Amino acid sequence: MARATISAQFRTAASKLTADLKHRGWISKSLRGYETSRRGNQAKYGDWNSAREAAGSIKYEAVNHLDRYLEEFARNFEANGGKIFWASTGEEARDYVVKLARDRGVRSVIKSKSMTAEEIHLNPALEEAGLPVVESDLGEYIVQLRGEAPYHLVFPAMHLDRHEISTLFEEKLGSAPTDDPERLTMIAREVMRDKYLTADMGITGANFAVAETGMISITENEGNARLTAALPKIHVALMGIEKIIPRLEDLALFLPMLATAGAGQPMTCYNSLYTGPRKAGEVDGPEEFHLVILDNKRTQLLADAEQRDALHCIRCGACLNVCPIFRNVGGHSYGTTYQGPIGSVITPHLRGLQNWKHLSAASSLCGACTETCPVKIDIHHHLLHNRRNAAQGKQTWYEKIGFRLFAWAARSPGLFRFGGRFAGLALKLRPRGPLDPLQAWTSTRGFPTPAPRSFNAYWRSRKGGP
Amino acid sequence: MSDARTILTRIREALREPAPKRHLHGHGSLDEDRPGGPEDFRAWLPPVGERWSEQFELFRANALALKAEVVVYRDTKDLATQLRQRAAAEGWKKLALARTGWSADLLGQLPGDKVFADAGYDRGAVESCDVGVTECDALVAQTGSVLVTSASAGGRVLSVLPPHHVVVARHDQLVPDLSAALARAREIYREGGWPSMLSFITGPSRTGDIERILVLGAHGPKRLTIFCDQPA
Ligand code: SF4
Repeated sequence: MARATISAQFRTAASKLTADLKHRGWISKSLRGYETSRRGNQAKYGDWNSAREAAGSIKYEAVNHLDRYLEEFARNFEANGGKIFWASTGEEARDYVVKLARDRGVRSVIKSKSMTAEEIHLNPALEEAGLPVVESDLGEYIVQLRGEAPYHLVFPAMHLDRHEISTLFEEKLGSAPTDDPERLTMIAREVMRDKYLTADMGITGANFAVAETGMISITENEGNARLTAALPKIHVALMGIEKIIPRLEDLALFLPMLATAGAGQPMTCYNSLYTGPRKAGEVDGPEEFHLVILDNKRTQLLADAEQRDALHCIRCGACLNVCPIFRNVGGHSYGTTYQGPIGSVITPHLRGLQNWKHLSAASSLCGACTETCPVKIDIHHHLLHNRRNAAQGKQTWYEKIGFRLFAWAARSPGLFRFGGRFAGLALKLRPRGPLDPLQAWTSTRGFPTPAPRSFNAYWRSRKGGP
Repeated sequence: MSDARTILTRIREALREPAPKRHLHGHGSLDEDRPGGPEDFRAWLPPVGERWSEQFELFRANALALKAEVVVYRDTKDLATQLRQRAAAEGWKKLALARTGWSADLLGQLPGDKVFADAGYDRGAVESCDVGVTECDALVAQTGSVLVTSASAGGRVLSVLPPHHVVVARHDQLVPDLSAALARAREIYREGGWPSMLSFITGPSRTGDIERILVLGAHGPKRLTIFCDQPA
C-alpha cells in the first residue's frame, strides 16, 4: 500500500472514531473495570515498582544475550522431543505450518490465541490450502466470525456489545437470540467441544520460553489453550525470538505480573508449561510438538541498541488500556497487528519506518504507557526516537531552502527583526477558512496570536538593559 | 529456508552494539548485570505468612475470591465420606479418575460409573463425565493456584474436560509461592524427568470476552473444588 494511503487511512479511521462518542464511551466503560481491579491487585504487591525493575532486568539480560539463551533453549527443547523450525520471515513460517498440515493429512485445525499467528496471517494461508481453522478463544472466535482483526492484544472483542454478539451468533450459528453473556459463552463452548475432539492439529502461541528447561509457557483464562494443546495429535506453537527468559523460577515473577498488568487479575486461570509431546507412559497429549521461532524483522529492532528494549514487551496490553489515543481512536484504526503505544513503537521497525511513522506522531507523549509497563519499557521516548529517525535525512526541498533562509536571516540582526515583524503581520493578515495556509493546524485547534512586541524589543526597552 | 545458524548469526550481529545500561530509580537492591533472584521476588510479590495456618487461610481466601471452593477433611476416611456425600448430593453419575498416587484406592471405591485415565481412555468418555477427580503437586498460597501435571493429574485433559474439577490434596503440598511450587516440582520430577505438561490452575475456567463480564466455564470446568486436610 502506498505511504500516503496508510497514513490517510489511519487519519480517516481515527477521526471517525474520535467523533463517535458512543464508541468512546463504550471503550472507557469497558476499561474502567480493568482499572479498578488492577489497582486493587497491584496494591497487594510488597513492592510493585521493584518487581517491575526486576522483570525489566530479567528481560534485559535475556534480550541482550539472546543468541546464548535461544541456543540453550533450543538444545533443551529438542532434547525433550520437540521439533523447532526457525523462520526468518512470516512466509517461511506459514509455509512450514501449511506443509506440515498437508504432509500429515490434517483435515481441520483448532487454534488458541496467538498474536504471532495474526502477525504472519496464518489463518488465511491455512484456509487457502483448504484447511478450516477455528479460533477457540471466545473473543477471537467472535472477531473471526465477523471477519475482523482483533481489536485489542488481550481483549479482542471488547468493542462489541452482547446484542451485536447475539445477532452474530444467530446469523452464523443459528442460535436463539439472547442478551445473557453466560448463555452466549455456552453457545460458543458447545460449538467448540466438537471441534477440539475432531481437529488433527492444534495451534497455540507462547508467552514465555524458558531457556534453562526448554519449556514454553502459555497463559490463558478459558482453558481453550489447554484443550488445543491436549486433544489434536499435532501441537504447533508459534513465538517470536524475544520470548525467552533465562530461568524457570523467573516465571514466579512474570506470571502474576502479566496477569495483574494485563487484565487486573491476581493470576490468570491457566498458566501451563509444555516440555514436549506426549511422553512414554502418558495417557494423552499430542504425538508431535513443533515450535516455530520467528524473526520477521525482530533482529532489525534488536540491532537498534537505543530501542532494543522494545523487545522486552510481554504483550500484556496494559499500555493500550491506559493510552488516551487508544481510547479515542480504537484498536482497529491502527491497522496493525499490535495496537496501542507498543504497536506504534515496533510496527515501524517490523513494517517500515516511512510507512508507519504517522503512528509515532499520533501521541500526546503523556507517558502513561511508560508508567504502567510491567517491564519498564521507555515507550513514549521510543515514539520520540521514531519521530527523530523518520525526519532524519528526509527533508523536502522547500524545508531545505526554508531552513537555509532562516539560518541566513538569523545571522543578521536587522534581517531577523524585520522577519519577525513580517511574520507577525502575515499571521494576522492571512486568509481564514479553507484558504488558510495553516489549515492543517487550525481546522482542529486555535492558533496563538503573536505578542504585540517581540522579546528583542522588550529587552531593549528595559531600563538598564544592555 | 532458514535454519538456526542463519538466525542466531543475525542475532549476534545485531547485538554487537551494546544496549544502553538500564536506568535504575532506586528501587530494591538490584545491580545492573544481575537480575534479582527468586529470593528477592518474595519481598516484592504479595506477602505470604510464615505459619502453615496463615498460608492456608491466604490460599483459601485467594481461591474463594476466584470462585473456587476449598473444603477441609480430617483423614482419608473422612475424605471418602465427604466425597461420597457430594456425589449423592450433586448427582455425580460418571467420574473421570486419575489413580496416580496416595488416593488411588480411595477414589477407586467411589460409587458411580468410572473412567480411569491411567488405563488409557476414550476422549468422548472423559468428555461425558460429570466430574474429574485428580491429585496435584502443590497448592500455592500466594495465588490460590493448584499445580497439576500430566503425571499427577492423569494426563492433560482430565482436569479441563469435565465440567467440575475436584482436587484431592494433602496439607504438606501447600507451599508459600510460585517459586516454592516450581522448586517442589523440580524435586518431584528430578529422577523421572519433567512430565510433558505442568499447569497452574487458578480458579475455574473463565472469560470476560463479552462486555468484560465474568462468565465461568468458558471451555474448561465451571467448578473447581479443592479438598485439603490440616496438619495434626
Ligand atoms: S509495552 Fe509494556 S505495557 Fe505495553 S504490552 Fe508490552 S509489556 Fe505490556
